[in-house]
Amino acid sequence: MLASLNAELFKLRKRTALWLIVAVWVVLSLLFGYVFPYLSYRGIAAGPGAAGGESAARAISSALPGGLASTAIAGFPLFAGALAMILGVLTVGSEYGWQTVKVMFTQGPRRGAVLAGKVGAVLVIMLGVVILTFILDGAASLLVASMADKAVSWPAFGDILRGVGGGWLIVSMWALGGMFLGFLLRGTAIAVGLGLVWALAVENLLRAFASTISVINWLQKFFPGTNAGSLAAALGVPAMGADGGTPGITAAVSGTQAAIVLACYLVVFVGISAILLNRRDVA
Amino acid sequence: MVGDNLIETHALTKRYGEHRAVDRLDLTVRRGEIYGFLGPNGAGKTTTLRILLGLVRATSGTVRVLDAEPGDPKALPNIGVLIESAAFYPYLSGRDNLRTFARYCKVPDARVEEVLEIVSLTDRGGDKFAKYSLGMKQRLGLAAALLKDPELLILDEPTNGLDPAGITDMRRLIRKLGRDGHTVVLSSHLLGEVQQICDRVGMIARGKLVREGTVDELRGTATLEVVAEPLAQAREIVAQLIGADNVMDADNALRLNAKPTDAVRINRELVLAGIAVSTLHWIERSLEEIFFEVTDEPQAELTTTKGGV
Repeated sequence: MLASLNAELFKLRKRTALWLIVAVWVVLSLLFGYVFPYLSYRGIAAGPGAAGGESAARAISSALPGGLASTAIAGFPLFAGALAMILGVLTVGSEYGWQTVKVMFTQGPRRGAVLAGKVGAVLVIMLGVVILTFILDGAASLLVASMADKAVSWPAFGDILRGVGGGWLIVSMWALGGMFLGFLLRGTAIAVGLGLVWALAVENLLRAFASTISVINWLQKFFPGTNAGSLAAALGVPAMGADGGTPGITAAVSGTQAAIVLACYLVVFVGISAILLNRRDVA
Repeated sequence: MVGDNLIETHALTKRYGEHRAVDRLDLTVRRGEIYGFLGPNGAGKTTTLRILLGLVRATSGTVRVLDAEPGDPKALPNIGVLIESAAFYPYLSGRDNLRTFARYCKVPDARVEEVLEIVSLTDRGGDKFAKYSLGMKQRLGLAAALLKDPELLILDEPTNGLDPAGITDMRRLIRKLGRDGHTVVLSSHLLGEVQQICDRVGMIARGKLVREGTVDELRGTATLEVVAEPLAQAREIVAQLIGADNVMDADNALRLNAKPTDAVRINRELVLAGIAVSTLHWIERSLEEIFFEVTDEPQAELTTTKGGV
């Protein structure tokens, strides 16, 4: 398993697509978490909601060091999750497209070891990107505090650890979901397409009917996006609909349930991937 | 089993719905030989090889490869593989592709340089795989197959897409591997290639093994063709020398089942009898003739590229 993990990390770190995804991830995190709130605070923004005053003060408060634990993960249920899913698909789907899957399977490791190596590599990369996001966001929050002449007050270390852990769980769930789609569809394009349509469109559309259709209201409590958003909400990110609410964040279920459901998704995605990998022929 | 036979299949069958891609195949590959697996496109060669490697599961029958089940991690470290076209990561260099696969099989990076040297790609090892020519890709594929310095090499159409010089190099390399003690299974639809390289040959058509043996066994005894005038008198003299049963007529010539030492004697007797002998030469049947003899395959599906080795 360690040999497969070593091989996966070796080839992934040399893949431009990985670094592009990471770059987009951190840039979006900085834009939405720090640049736009700061511009709102300074009154540079000119949209209909750019009223300044109370909302500007709220915006800047989330961009200060004290808001790091929640602001850094605010985008995880939505754009970072989508990017993580794309990364997950790429780690598997490309192997089928390039037919390297047959070479991997004839090198020596069991198929289960190959899967474990891929899962391990994705989890390591997700943890690395989450930590990188916290470091860059922390630096950005210091800069914002300095430019806005605000006092620097960091959140408790335990809150940051919870933020890192919760954020890792959210994006890992999406990334392993992408891997699962890659195994299921044995390719990249359809897997990415279906994954993004579900994460960005279908779930949100279904959630819109949750208040009027009780079955959907019950079902949505088990959707991956709902639970990702709920875990982020439990870690302090304002839910959508509330003042300063964030798209993709919901308080539909408790943080504990969200963490359990997300962990279940991790297990299910890996489990079904293992079954697919072991039972299917490599044509 | 692993005394003599590295590969043994018995009644191996793979069905896709009603279609039998491999049909009750009995195959044996012995230690140290270069085994030619010959058949037209779609005959079932690649499916058979995929079964041997555990990539595809057989519908029925038994398979043992290096005394293990197909795809068994105990056996795979001793098997090098090039299945169909070489498959690599296009964004990595040739060297990094090999390093990636070396990590999967726990082979040190130093071995990567050795195999690059063997396939003459050391100078181009730093180029991206996507920029390689078809010939370079195939050579890199062979390098990957050699990474583990395996006892058994399974090469599926390794000369596909190569130019004549590349084909020559590849064949030379395969023969060298055989001389170095590797057992090689060479799948090909090129009759000339198999005839030139292989010790034993298995012929497959429509999923069935239709003939198996050494090249010499399959080709049988060579016949001596004699073109002489008058032919009837020549036939009488030759029949007296080697027996009438060993003399056959063929298009204004005689075909003789004779020993190599008979040729000089026959020539001398005919000339002494005043018969004009215009041709006297040995005819060996090619694998191509044998293949078409034992199958109904249309000739266009097999290529008789000889190449210069």
